[in-house]
Amino acid sequence: MIYNQEFETLPREALEALQLSRLRQVVARVYHTVGFYRKAFDEAGVTPEDVNSLDDLRRLPFTCKQNLRDNYPFGLFTVPMSNIVRVHASSGTTGKPTVVGYTKRDIETWAELMARSYAAAGLTSNDIIHNAYGYGLFTGGLGAHYGAEKLGASVIPMSGGSTKKQIMLLQDFGPTAICCTPSYALYLAEAGAEMGVDMKSLRLRVGIFGAEPWGERIRAEIEDKLNIMALDIYGLSEVMGPGVAIECAEGRNGLHVFEDHFIVEIIDPVTGEVLPYGEAGELVFTTITKEAFPLIRYRSKDISRLMPEICRCGRTFVRMERITGRSDDMLIIRGVNVYPSQIESVLMSIEGLEPHYQLIVDREGSLDTLEVQVEVSEDVFSDEVRALQNLEKRITKDIKDILGVTSIVKLVEAKTLERFEGKAQRVIDKREI
Amino acid sequence: MKVEQISIFLENKPGGLTNVTRVLRDTKINIRALSLADTTDFGVLRLIVDDVAKAREVLKAQGMTVGRTTVVGVEVPDRPGGLYEILELLSRENINVEYMYAFVERSGENAVIIFRFDNTDRAIDILLRNGHRVLPGEKVHGL
Repeated sequence: MIYNQEFETLPREALEALQLSRLRQVVARVYHTVGFYRKAFDEAGVTPEDVNSLDDLRRLPFTCKQNLRDNYPFGLFTVPMSNIVRVHASSGTTGKPTVVGYTKRDIETWAELMARSYAAAGLTSNDIIHNAYGYGLFTGGLGAHYGAEKLGASVIPMSGGSTKKQIMLLQDFGPTAICCTPSYALYLAEAGAEMGVDMKSLRLRVGIFGAEPWGERIRAEIEDKLNIMALDIYGLSEVMGPGVAIECAEGRNGLHVFEDHFIVEIIDPVTGEVLPYGEAGELVFTTITKEAFPLIRYRSKDISRLMPEICRCGRTFVRMERITGRSDDMLIIRGVNVYPSQIESVLMSIEGLEPHYQLIVDREGSLDTLEVQVEVSEDVFSDEVRALQNLEKRITKDIKDILGVTSIVKLVEAKTLERFEGKAQRVIDKREI
Repeated sequence: MKVEQISIFLENKPGGLTNVTRVLRDTKINIRALSLADTTDFGVLRLIVDDVAKAREVLKAQGMTVGRTTVVGVEVPDRPGGLYEILELLSRENINVEYMYAFVERSGENAVIIFRFDNTDRAIDILLRNGHRVLPGEKVHGL
């Protein structure tokens, strides 16, 4: 089903004309309202007037997460705070989060993109959507919520956690669709089975899963255990939130990028060169309709491939292959973005600890686990077990407080973790996606 | 009056203790008393040895994390109630025992217990004032 027939099936030529006119507007707007962009354009020797075709986009400089951090919290907004109706935030590479803002119209755009996503998954106003994405600063919860209301479906604003209650409501309220991370879907399936609930006989028929990379193996497992069709949704808070791209129920082969709102490119993550369709590289997004917080050529760090072939669903939007990796060292643990550098700064804030640590990411059942191995230096060593256990607890708590992720801290003998010359490989990720 | 104890951090995996004892054997250091406190993940090995400085040096040379703590060796009458009298006295004086372990060898008719107190100097003072025997460090290391 197609929610916005007019735009989602625009002939390529008309779509590109629309993209160009929107692009020219947004480029002019950021150049004239945001100091950061003016400076970046000037340094690159381009002006808004140089953008006369979509190909000219590649002349513009990239924006990356560091730029957002440098302008924390609201420095890249193009409208006064009086026009901002909401902010969201995601964790950054250090203590400070990345902040995004929305005008009233941005929220409406976003709701439509999520409504389109639900429709692409075969949902209508007759559906009941169980939304187990976290509500709050994270874009998942409210993004999925507003889209469900826009579609006219009934939404259960469950948020994350309280697994037993979730399972009770899944039985009692009879939702026909569920939104959450794929790993949480598996966890629900397992927890329900343990409680003696037949998770295959729930009324659920569709699941829309995102916020972490997952592959066909996990898809098959979820579909089997919950007896549903599982679809992949993509988004990142900087660009909008969930609803940047969605897999359609008809094709289930790549995610349609809503190109009337975003221009997507694939680049070589090392050289920054734009790659042709079909080649694997880093996804780069330019928002062309956002008011409060437009982004020009934002480097997502997500690795994918673009597929231009027309999909059988009728949408003319290009599809991106499901995310296969990252071009930086960001980890996604139970839906939370974690950079090793954040863990390092937590460790370094504890007196006496040395920067020798290793992160072991694994999956226990369906839930991601993060083990932080830290070497015991002479400064923190104590002959009292309790003092060492308190140290472990403190590190766990600091990581939870600052990163929002639960970890298992394990003290290890000094000088046993690998030492690195050059780029450190501090992460061992044992998960299969 | 004080005894030097060394402690070593050990992960809970095969070979850790063997390694420590091998290093001590190779350097001819004798273990006078020991205790091992453990959790599911790691352990802390506490040792009284005859040559503290050398033991620290050779263990550290192996890359081990070695700590040094002051403990107290107390003679405890080897009869029912012997330990109780000492603990009762200390608790009345609000001294906390962080941990303790027994020495294998005796000092004359008495057993020897190694104590780690939260306030070592005060504990020694109280024990001495109440007629208990606190062993000099040299004596404990050489027992």
